[in-house]
Amino acid sequence: MNFPILSVITFLPFAAAVIMLLMPANRKTEVRGVALATASLDLLLAGWMYLQYLLGEMTGYQFIEQYDWLPMLGISLKFGVDGMSAPLVLLTGVVMFTGVLISWGNDDPHVMAGIQDRPREFFAFLFLLAGGVFGVFVSLDLFMLFFFYEIAVFPMYLLIAIWGWVKTREYAAMKLTLYLFIGSVIALVGALAMYWTQYQNTGILSFDMIQMESAGFSASFQYAWFLPVFFGFAVLGGIWPFHNWSPDGHVAAPTAVSMFHAGVLMKLGGFAALRVGVMLLPQGAQQWSWLIMTFAGIAVVYGAFIAFVQTDLKYMIGFSSVSHMGLVMLGISTLNHNGLMGAGVQMFSHGIMTALFFAITGMIYDRAHTRQIPELGGMMKALPFTGVGFIIGGLVSMGMPGFSGFIAEFPIFMGVWGRAWLLAVIASISIIITAAYIMVDIRKVFFGALPEKLEGHISPITALDKIAIVFLCSLMVLIGMFPAVMTPMVERGVENILRLLGGA
Amino acid sequence: MDFLNTHLLSLILFLPALAALVMLFLPSGETKLLRWYAFGASLIPFALTLALWSGFDANGTGFQFVEQYVWYDAIGSTLHLGVDGISITMVLLTTLLTPLAILASFSLTDRVKPYMMLFLFLETGLLGVFMALDLLMFFIFWEVELVPMYFLISQWGGANRDYASLKFLVYSMGGSLGLLLAIQMLGVLFGTYDLVALYERWNALDAGAMLLGMPVHTVKTVAFWAFTVAFAIKVPIWPFHTWLPDAHTEAPTAGSMLLAGVLLKLGAYGFIRLVLPLYPVEAKIFAGALALLAVGAIVFGAFAAFGQTDFKRLVAYSSINHMGFVVLGIAAAGLAAGTKDAHIAMNGAVLQMFNHGISAAGMFFLVGVIYERAHTRNLDDFGGLFPLIPVYGGIMLFMSMASLGLPGLNGFVSEFMVVRGAYPVLTIYTVVAMLGLLFTGAYILKGIMKILHGPENEHWAHGEHKLTDINTREILVAAPLMAIALVIGIWPAWILEVINKAVVALF
Repeated sequence: MNFPILSVITFLPFAAAVIMLLMPANRKTEVRGVALATASLDLLLAGWMYLQYLLGEMTGYQFIEQYDWLPMLGISLKFGVDGMSAPLVLLTGVVMFTGVLISWGNDDPHVMAGIQDRPREFFAFLFLLAGGVFGVFVSLDLFMLFFFYEIAVFPMYLLIAIWGWVKTREYAAMKLTLYLFIGSVIALVGALAMYWTQYQNTGILSFDMIQMESAGFSASFQYAWFLPVFFGFAVLGGIWPFHNWSPDGHVAAPTAVSMFHAGVLMKLGGFAALRVGVMLLPQGAQQWSWLIMTFAGIAVVYGAFIAFVQTDLKYMIGFSSVSHMGLVMLGISTLNHNGLMGAGVQMFSHGIMTALFFAITGMIYDRAHTRQIPELGGMMKALPFTGVGFIIGGLVSMGMPGFSGFIAEFPIFMGVWGRAWLLAVIASISIIITAAYIMVDIRKVFFGALPEKLEGHISPITALDKIAIVFLCSLMVLIGMFPAVMTPMVERGVENILRLLGGA
Repeated sequence: MDFLNTHLLSLILFLPALAALVMLFLPSGETKLLRWYAFGASLIPFALTLALWSGFDANGTGFQFVEQYVWYDAIGSTLHLGVDGISITMVLLTTLLTPLAILASFSLTDRVKPYMMLFLFLETGLLGVFMALDLLMFFIFWEVELVPMYFLISQWGGANRDYASLKFLVYSMGGSLGLLLAIQMLGVLFGTYDLVALYERWNALDAGAMLLGMPVHTVKTVAFWAFTVAFAIKVPIWPFHTWLPDAHTEAPTAGSMLLAGVLLKLGAYGFIRLVLPLYPVEAKIFAGALALLAVGAIVFGAFAAFGQTDFKRLVAYSSINHMGFVVLGIAAAGLAAGTKDAHIAMNGAVLQMFNHGISAAGMFFLVGVIYERAHTRNLDDFGGLFPLIPVYGGIMLFMSMASLGLPGLNGFVSEFMVVRGAYPVLTIYTVVAMLGLLFTGAYILKGIMKILHGPENEHWAHGEHKLTDINTREILVAAPLMAIALVIGIWPAWILEVINKAVVALF
């Protein structure tokens, strides 16, 4: 019996949430300590798992565990990771760890950075969310995937509605939750159809996704059910035209939740759409890929243009996420080696990048009490770490070579060349737009003179904040310089998908 | 020693970036330490380049000092480095100008640490373009080098720096968009980015075949223009040049030195390394168009330079004028590929790249020297300064003559070769370009006259505005440039031998 590493990674946050809720509410420091310890441990486990996979044979699903859950209905708790999901598990660990670091904050009444209001409940909900996300990435059972999916979505509502930005939190929380529930219900119907059809075809009653890969769904079944399943999940991936819950949600959420939301939760949508939609209904994917490709192409360019005109820093990042997640969908829709591999790396790269962006935006907002770009300035001098971090994030965002964004975007574009070259040309416009707004916003926020209003209000960030920034930046540079730390693994995952697509 | 020999290129390439990272841990208050550290760090690649030059076999064919490492296996890109006679000349130019530019920035006091770090990163970016034998690597360094230059202009530049730096970035990135797409297409078609393999396989494509639903020659023509526009913006040739005067005028002195000295060469190098070998047919068909733009750059650049009252803008437009000759040489070489004329024109173009790097860096440095003292660059504010600052005057006279193409100095040799090579094949264009050369003389003499001669402007002679002559450190920056200009002018064979072998092998 091997060490059940995936279950430990998944259930550790749940256990920690329970422990924290049992602690007295006024022991804020102890609660934070438990949170940080749990997050660090989970990150170490996820990192160890990632390295084991990378240094091992990198074939198929590994670290498989299976426990009966409801055998009568063919539901079991089956965990395992492949080259696509292992990086995302690591990503979740990273975002969880850095999210806790930057939420620690500062009790200084002038700053009130981080989470000062009811940290016990905050961290408990955040960890429920994290556990759910881990669960989705490692589940090999369709029912369990839904189970964890809903667990991940629900705490989001509370986190935004309670700790969010006063002006829009109720509206945004409501909008986000409704969008995501509607999406997942539609996908669930599709999943039940698959479950039932499999039973009719083969007589096997099972939610096991590896089993379902050979369930022999007919072409017409696949054509009909692919769209609901794919788009049901893709809503969470922020696919155009179902994206507009996402920027509102980003803006209203507290910093650590924005990091989770853009960094990990949106990947959940992309991953589940790929795992359930493309991998279980490959013929449907081939039939409809043109539609996804069109929507994704629009998202890429449209998101960049809308981000360009934003004056609120968080909205700017929110819409740039729509554009970047559009690239993920674009990569998936190519259904070829380069595009899928790029999409896999882009999910990781974008997760790290937006987590960094939101962390820095939060640090600035806590001190300046504004996110309006024209009202900011001179932050490079006041908070040099945020400045350098934001610049590195910006370079990743514009796909500058040497950083992870390039490693991801370049193969995506190559994949699109293989399918529809005109779309590659059109989508490439977004690169210029992104470069322009990122550079202009960096200049306005970080250079020039500090506005008089802010004089004396900008207290330095904490050591924990700095650790988070340095950690995230080094990951992006590491992948950018040495793509071999991630791409071979994703490639193996892609090979599996291509096999299901008929070796195309 | 063996390690050194087999890794010489990667050492030269990555040492500056490593040195910049180490700099992160130096105290930012110790400006003196930072300056000397950066200067020392940039001398090591220069010393290694000298070793490279001496170890380079001028009679050898193909690329030398080749290194290849796995980089991005999934899409078939490797870190493939190597130099031939053309690129080693550019490597020498880069590693020579970087220490001089750093030495020229010793007077800077504002945020010395990030400034010096950016310079070292910039050096790595520039060298990478010249050394890359992998198309994707070429593109990577081509883009990477933009970032430090953007920040150098936007943070340490003049009053209008925001506008100029963004224009520089957007122009450059916009220009390279077509290049990016064309590179992706090549990668998808052949599954490799290795230049040597691409030269063969891309040219071996049957002209009648279909690619992406279009005839091969259509695809090649579009890709040719995508490459050409990217490089034309970088050179820059008329009418893609408008970013250059702004960027130059606002950039800090040392930034201008590298911008004119090396960055512009990237564009011309792209033509030589990528466009001509990959598109020999198209280069022949469109040679006339390219030559027309080059002549436009020569003539309009000269006229525009003549019309300037800002000394730095004058020098900036002179760069457009001089780089026009490089492109004229390239166009002629593309048209007459395989003949002796092509070889002469191409030799001239490469040497002109080197020479312009030397003289433009020198001129921008001299502009910076006087601006630092007078805080103005307006030519009308000067006059009769020769007696006040005789040493500066002498150096400026020398540099201007090198730039003008006075026989005996470097510019003459290369411009003569370009004209000699282009005349038989592009006669009309060459004749018009020669007329443009007349105006080169005019604007350079105008600059000298307005600053050094004429009635003495009393303002600079007394009191707080009294100009001091060029100091020892500044002379040390100018001296190597002057020495090289003179050596090439008198005895160009040492460098032409190296260039010629590569040119004959390629074209």
